[in-house]
Amino acid sequence: MSYHSFLLEPISCHAWNKDRTQIALCPNNHEVHIYKKDGSNWNKIHVLKEHNGQVTGIDWAPESNRIVTCGTDRNAYVWTLKGDAWKPTLVILRINRAARCVKWSPKENKFAVGSGSRLISVCYFEQDNDWWVCKHIKKPIRSTILCLDWHPNNVLLAAGSCDFKCRIFSAYIKEVEEKPAPTAWGSKMPFGEVMFESTGTSGWVHGVCFSDSGNRVAWASHDSTVAVAEGGKTAVCASLTSETLPLLCVTFITENSLVAAGHDCYPVLFVYDSNKAALSFGGKLDVPKQSAQKGMTARERFQNLDKKATADSKEAVLESVHKNSISQISILNGGKAQCAKFCTTGMDGGMAIWDVKTLESAMKDLKIV
Amino acid sequence: MSKNTVSDRFRKVDVDEYDENKFVDEEEGGENQLGPDEAEVDSLIRQGNLMGALQAVLKNPPINTKNQNVKDRAEGLVLKVLSSFKSTDIEKGVQSLDKNGVDLLMKYIYKGFEQPSENNSAVLLQWHEKALSAGGVGCIVRVLTARKTV
Repeated sequence: MSYHSFLLEPISCHAWNKDRTQIALCPNNHEVHIYKKDGSNWNKIHVLKEHNGQVTGIDWAPESNRIVTCGTDRNAYVWTLKGDAWKPTLVILRINRAARCVKWSPKENKFAVGSGSRLISVCYFEQDNDWWVCKHIKKPIRSTILCLDWHPNNVLLAAGSCDFKCRIFSAYIKEVEEKPAPTAWGSKMPFGEVMFESTGTSGWVHGVCFSDSGNRVAWASHDSTVAVAEGGKTAVCASLTSETLPLLCVTFITENSLVAAGHDCYPVLFVYDSNKAALSFGGKLDVPKQSAQKGMTARERFQNLDKKATADSKEAVLESVHKNSISQISILNGGKAQCAKFCTTGMDGGMAIWDVKTLESAMKDLKIV
Repeated sequence: MSKNTVSDRFRKVDVDEYDENKFVDEEEGGENQLGPDEAEVDSLIRQGNLMGALQAVLKNPPINTKNQNVKDRAEGLVLKVLSSFKSTDIEKGVQSLDKNGVDLLMKYIYKGFEQPSENNSAVLLQWHEKALSAGGVGCIVRVLTARKTV
């Protein structure tokens, strides 16, 4: 497990390249910085300056090596590496509010942008015009889209929104792909069709994730709950209320285990049991720091009592690795089926890389099924 | 030049009402919700069965109804039960509730905070402390984010 502090300001969003040697991140301004790993150092090798507003989403396509970024300036740019520099191509999203999140589809021929205009822009490249074109998914979204995730079949898209719902839409574009085969979420998938809509949880949906097979979708919402829905003739939903502050991002690390992180500054494991359709808390994934226990003098005790009205010697310092909320989590190795390493970035400007095997051996009761 | 520069009545217009994209919560039929059964709760208090009274008063919460009277009556009943507990029994009372019960109790406690009075503030704060240790901050987050409250 390693932690690197990039900046003093929050990292708005990040994305890794295919072999995990380079990371693109937004240092809470209009630019995207690309860092390259050199031994144990990180060197800034590129600065991508084109946006006029804060960059809110970055995604790096592993196979085609293209980066897509979106920002509060209502634009998205697709960057391609030409020689030694990244060249941007503007994509007109036709939105009149900020873009909030962007994701390449698994086959990298489309990407989806969630925005505050209460719609999702699904963009694909039109060869004839040599231009990126977008189609909108509007109904029945009633508020900002905060997070997106694609199903492995390249057609279904899960979207979490501020109207308290997690939905699965079909983003089938007939110009770029064949009709998809039936899935657990349904068989008829015209563009914009709602395959699933969540009920039961309230609170903005901050993070959404499909499992590796695509049969399950998990979301974290602002009322401190995590929920998993399994597709089928009737979708089965299981949710878990937690005793912690809301979680901001969630990802599957195996078909049955989820890792989520949020305002409590440490990642948490959840386990889904499909036989009982129940979600349970698996454990806190932070490495505990052994704080030196020193005895308190009588003077200190009285001072504490006077200043803080408590005789406790506990200091008001966060013991977790991240010192501020974790806003994004990404899988490094192993995919969503057998994740071996994942990475978290947060508002403390730092990036932590977590090794699943080490965590499993460090926490005694942890079991990742 | 505007004609009438004296009146500022225009500042009191609620412009959100005229927004065509205004978010309206889904209507969930709650006209039949009557809140906890007053007679049952009263008899349980008189018998001294405070645990039972707590369970009874947390049944049928008037969450979906728009009728303010029902909500006020329910709140009053809950406060009555909470005040009749002895300080030492409060923790046991909270332990006897399940997760949803603790969430609901926290909703009533915060509703009670909205109208502080001589009698109920201290009691509510004691209940709040015990409910917090049972439900954690997540419980309070759910009170803040709930669209439909008691």
